[in-house]
Amino acid sequence: MKIFLNDDAHEVDPGTLAAALDSLGYSDRKIATAVNGRFVAAAARPRTTLADGDRIEVVAPMQGG
Amino acid sequence: MASFYGIDLKSRLLLGTARYPSPAVLERAIKASGAEVVTVSLRRESGAGRAGQSFWSFIQALGLKVLPNTAGCHSVKEAVTTAHMARELFDTKWIKLEVIGEADTLQPDVFGLVEAARILCEDGFEVFPYTTEDLVVADRLVEAGCKVLMPWGAPIGSARGLNNVYGLRSLRAHFPDIPLVVDAGLGVPSHAAAAMELGYDAVLLNTAVAEAGDPVEMARAFALATEAGRAAYLARPMEPRDMAVPSTPVIGKAALGD
Repeated sequence: MKIFLNDDAHEVDPGTLAAALDSLGYSDRKIATAVNGRFVAAAARPRTTLADGDRIEVVAPMQGG
Repeated sequence: MASFYGIDLKSRLLLGTARYPSPAVLERAIKASGAEVVTVSLRRESGAGRAGQSFWSFIQALGLKVLPNTAGCHSVKEAVTTAHMARELFDTKWIKLEVIGEADTLQPDVFGLVEAARILCEDGFEVFPYTTEDLVVADRLVEAGCKVLMPWGAPIGSARGLNNVYGLRSLRAHFPDIPLVVDAGLGVPSHAAAAMELGYDAVLLNTAVAEAGDPVEMARAFALATEAGRAAYLARPMEPRDMAVPSTPVIGKAALGD
């Protein structure tokens, strides 16, 4: 199915957010996530099932003022 | 000693981590500033990117208190979601809450700010709202649960200093027991000293240090100015007068005229 991660389209197997992140290279990374504008805590990623067309945001620490 | 949400700090200078020429300069500038709190943010990262991970290692090695921001958020929903992401990412309840209302000045959307502050305070966040010097907004933020207020000195990154000294002084007078931080718009150390002389608890700055010709030396200068301003406030400055008053006593002056 097709999902959008940080606006880029990706084809992933149907499954959970955790599985999609693993397949896209985010394993063991310091990141925070949201799906369709809603925060999804790290602990909830393995039980968050994705649907076709979902929009995922993945952010990491960065410099700020 | 400044105290924010029960955390006591010796340094009254909070420093941003963006826009430095290199991580090495950033590290030396933080040390020179004496800051115990640094602000950070979060941004998208690709599966191949490693910038966020290396910055995270850098921040952890500093061993300082981290204040994540919601910079760039223009709506309540965006700011609240970003705050949740920041809480998980940086493992802190502290959040510098920015809800931007106007693109040219980056002026806070104070209506959205109050709404977002209420939601986040109810959810256990310890909110540092980036606000204006408006007294009524400040009242609403305190009602919402904010125990720190961070009015702007001037628009972010403008280096204009304290645009509304009267407003900032009024805010200090109306909220004697709320820690107040001038956040944004400072350009030179005298601006920081002026804020501290008004009785503000601390200053938060970034660009003035990061974009100085020598950020490390400028960080040191801001630290000195912040400390000087605080000492001056505690020493209770004299009131300005309209007319001159001779500092040298006139009594006993030799009579040498005609």
